Amino acid sequence: MTHILKMLAQRILLGLLTLFAISLIIFLAVSMLPGDAAEAILGQAATPETVAALRKQLGLDLPPHIRYLDWLGGILQGDFGTSIGNGREINEVLGTRVYNTIFLALFAASIAVPLALFCGILAALYRNSLYDRTVNVVTLSSISTPEFFVAYILLLLISVKAGWLPSLSNVRLDTTFAEHLEKTLLPALVLTLVSMAHMMRMTRAAIINLLANAYIEMAALKGMKRFRIIVHHALPNAWAPIVNVVVINLAYLIVGVIVVEVVFVYPGLGQYLVDAVQRRDMPVVQACCLIFAATYVLLNLIADILSILTNPRLLHPK
Amino acid sequence: MKSNSAEHLLEMKNVKIEGFSDRRWHDIVNGIDLKLKRGEILGIIGESGAGKSTIGIAAMGYCKAGCRFKPGSSVVFDGLELTSASEEEKRRLRGARIAYVAQSAAAAFNPAHKIIDQFSESVVQHGVGSREEAYADAKDLYSKIKMPEPDTIGFRYPHQVSGGQLQRAMTAMALSCRPDLIIFDEPTTALDVTTQIEVLATIRDIVELFNTAAIYISHDLAVVAQMADNIIVLRYGDLVEEAETRTMLDYPKEDYTKSLWAVRTFEKTTVAGSRDSEPIVKVSHVTAQYPKTKEPVLFDVDFEVYPRETVAIVGESGSGKSTAARVITGLLPPLEGSIMLDGEILPSDYHNRTKEQLKSAQMIYQMADTAINPRHKIRKIVGRPLSFYLGMEGDEKQRRLNELMDMIEMDPKLYLDRYPAELSGGQKQRICIARALAADPKFIICDEITSALDQLVAEGILRLLDRLQQELNLAYMFITHDLATVRAIADRVIVMLQGRIVEQGEKNMVLQPPHHEYTELLLSSVPEMNPDWMDRIMAERTSGKGMQSAGN
Amino acid sequence: MNVQVQQVQKTSFRTHLTRALLEVYDAPLSAKFGLLVIAIYVFVALFAPWVAPFGESEIVGRKFQPWDDQFLLGTDHLGRDMLTRILYGARNTVGIALLTTFLAFILGGVLGILAAVLGGWLDQLLSRIVDVFMAIPALIFAMMLLSIFGTSVINLIIIMSVIDATRIFRIARAVSLNVVVMDYIEAAKLRGEKLTWLTISEILPNISAPLAAEFGLRFCFVFLTISALSFLGIGIQPPIADWGSMVRQTAVLITFDDYTPLIPAAAIALLTVAVNFVIDWFLHKTSGLKDEV
Repeated sequence: MTHILKMLAQRILLGLLTLFAISLIIFLAVSMLPGDAAEAILGQAATPETVAALRKQLGLDLPPHIRYLDWLGGILQGDFGTSIGNGREINEVLGTRVYNTIFLALFAASIAVPLALFCGILAALYRNSLYDRTVNVVTLSSISTPEFFVAYILLLLISVKAGWLPSLSNVRLDTTFAEHLEKTLLPALVLTLVSMAHMMRMTRAAIINLLANAYIEMAALKGMKRFRIIVHHALPNAWAPIVNVVVINLAYLIVGVIVVEVVFVYPGLGQYLVDAVQRRDMPVVQACCLIFAATYVLLNLIADILSILTNPRLLHPK
Repeated sequence: MKSNSAEHLLEMKNVKIEGFSDRRWHDIVNGIDLKLKRGEILGIIGESGAGKSTIGIAAMGYCKAGCRFKPGSSVVFDGLELTSASEEEKRRLRGARIAYVAQSAAAAFNPAHKIIDQFSESVVQHGVGSREEAYADAKDLYSKIKMPEPDTIGFRYPHQVSGGQLQRAMTAMALSCRPDLIIFDEPTTALDVTTQIEVLATIRDIVELFNTAAIYISHDLAVVAQMADNIIVLRYGDLVEEAETRTMLDYPKEDYTKSLWAVRTFEKTTVAGSRDSEPIVKVSHVTAQYPKTKEPVLFDVDFEVYPRETVAIVGESGSGKSTAARVITGLLPPLEGSIMLDGEILPSDYHNRTKEQLKSAQMIYQMADTAINPRHKIRKIVGRPLSFYLGMEGDEKQRRLNELMDMIEMDPKLYLDRYPAELSGGQKQRICIARALAADPKFIICDEITSALDQLVAEGILRLLDRLQQELNLAYMFITHDLATVRAIADRVIVMLQGRIVEQGEKNMVLQPPHHEYTELLLSSVPEMNPDWMDRIMAERTSGKGMQSAGN
Repeated sequence: MNVQVQQVQKTSFRTHLTRALLEVYDAPLSAKFGLLVIAIYVFVALFAPWVAPFGESEIVGRKFQPWDDQFLLGTDHLGRDMLTRILYGARNTVGIALLTTFLAFILGGVLGILAAVLGGWLDQLLSRIVDVFMAIPALIFAMMLLSIFGTSVINLIIIMSVIDATRIFRIARAVSLNVVVMDYIEAAKLRGEKLTWLTISEILPNISAPLAAEFGLRFCFVFLTISALSFLGIGIQPPIADWGSMVRQTAVLITFDDYTPLIPAAAIALLTVAVNFVIDWFLHKTSGLKDEV
């Protein structure tokens, strides 16, 4: 048991280290920017005096390592700094934006994950059947399709032609949960379509890999029923690959969400990031990138931990 | 339920099986007939590609993925035609009345479940008994076959038990429903000899105890001779010969069978007095350790190899015999000690050795498949040392290439422009020999070079190496676990156990009594081509002579 | 002797060609379709100025004109001919993605192979750096760097190729490691071979097939990411005709039941689908059909 705890501690430490390294990269990259926030905020009105005053006020005259520590310390206390664009605290908007994005991603995941696992396992079990080959061609095509293509096709068919769902996902703070669901159904469907293909292919590959093990053939030669072979012999060894598939795709959703949010003008973190990038509002870019990257690292960490916890060889050491 | 109406328990008639690869169907088994009575043990012998595993598993009405029965095949088990039976009917038989023991227990046990639960699974699922009954039975069986801690060992997970024990647990598992027939598919091939004999004893005890019929599949004649009442010999999916075991051993009829039997007759003629000159290789007090391990894997290893001499290093897995080769070649610099080649001390790391030093000591590997670059033509593989060490190009190189190919008995015109994939396993190993010879070496290390080959092919390689030694005055260091190879090729023998040399000397001295006790155990564990051999050995061991087991 | 050698090479080239054609003839329908589509794209990219009815950035009509005989696919938000811009897009969008993938491959491939062969601290250092880079999603990282360095085509190519090089490093290192552990590499090392021989003569021929497949996959990824960036307005910038930006510029039309924005999007999708079909076939072939048995 100590062995497994050690491994878990190692992974968590590594995850924290990665997060730290990422924060450093994000901070350093932005300090490479020609000019600084003070000039950007003042824009046309910048005189050497006003710039110097604002720099002092923003703490930009301090050496980089102190600024980094201040920035990181602020983030750890939940303070992401001030937007250059409108001079407001980033925190004011960030909360709802993050909530909206997570809402959309989870909504999509709750449709995509079960569906993809089911279809993927089916393709693996009936390998080389007509169903499997069709799935192969369809998923290959949909992996290769840009998100905005799927988005506009669905938008055209479901919202413009049929008029079933709204084409804009303009949620506000006072939007009810049910309304929220209705307004995000279309973007969630788009995300489902684009992420499902990946997940299905990975699930299929993982299951085929698993079924090639000698102990699966042994179970068949012991006269076990097909259902029992799958549930009792394959499944306990399948958690790690399946968890991996799910988590990788959640991570993928987090990124795929950006384009979809822009198409449907959905006020999420992705939209916020895109706006900030266009306006070169660096504090907001930093904040958004850090949150996206942290989510990504966190998800991968969870996958790692779960695959350690479900590995029988690690659970029952010699 | 068991009907006694059928005279034979299993009757296979005109069984033909084909497999799908490279986009077409290939015949694997071409019409084999065999019969098995209750309580009878049938041995199936063949080299790789003979179709012996396929026919064994076909007795369960089962074909591996990508294979199928051809029309006209018939497998009748206790009155039921399996080739036309429904999946459900076959499923009820498998595990309950016909059980299977696989080659690798480590792969065939599910890592997620305890051994005893995998034992009781068949019992419960086939409705033979309850889980508790199965548990009690398992413990009883484990103690009957003298497994250590029979009451608790079943509650371990497969990876927590050693390979030999796991293979025995699998044999016990096959018995869980007291089947009429068990199929043993090379159950001891992956094991060391001293472990193999324990598993063999278990299998024999069990089939005798319950009077179970069995099909025993192996490439090793001597092993099958201990087990079977009758033997059939297969080759390329055809039945070559069929006879009662003693008849088969003493009076084989077919040429192929005779050639199989004759494999173990080759023995090198030792030239006396070869030790008068200076040694070509001198390994002095070498202690070595891999970077990531805590303890050394070689302790104070000390030996010499003289010109024109073959020194065989014998040991089981983990004995450090391959590590010794890595130290000599400079892949693993030793902690202590030194290597001397032709009178000069070699730098311990191969990076620091001169071309001349590297050229003098060559190496031939176990797996010829991975030892030659699949993307190079034979011309490049054998030709590279010629241009690299000797600066040969053009016509001179071509002439030498032809000579080398002639030496290994392969036609240069036919083979120089082929890729390795177009050669057989034995031919690939010959190419490896040619590559080593191309460097014009004084000393060649042969690391288990015949263990991946069929016996007939292996013997060809050994004879070739022997001839080359006479012609070119080579010294060999032969690393092997196989005592038959040692008998065939060695002048001197070094026996290793857990990183130490336990005995060394001239072949006749080491192989004749009195032995060191480990040498004794090793030698006595090698199956002989005599059906009574195992009875004798087991009787001797139970009477308390010698060591019980090496590795454990 | 020399003539003979030449002849041998000639015949072997011819047999290679016939063999390749036979392989294509034997290929599944999806792969044939993929090859055909790729051929068409290459043709259009090379001959865009001759095929297109108008100039790349020429304003030839009113804005958002509907599809008619003069403007087969209508005009865009500035009154430029859509068909012309789509044809030019084959050159610009695909060309930029191809160049980026190429640069990424040289950088990531060389470093990956070196890390695998040399091992030790170099491998450790590069691998750890790549780990951190890969912990940031490519699209996000690209957006951040573009916002810092500005959105020019040159910056886009450099940034995307560096980001993608980290992914290629991983693959190149992994496939090389599979080869490095082989006995024939050990044999070559023990022969005293130098690094250049080991890499070029022993390792490279054995990893070229998986790397070729990977090139196709990475191209798709880069192509899609650049298109997404352009769609978001931070990739390829006007007035260059580019498919991602064209979707963005004409997006409003979709709400008026007009298919125009779907055309450039479909152009992107069709090419990636085609490339993926071809790679799928290629992978099946080179993996020796193990999956089929």
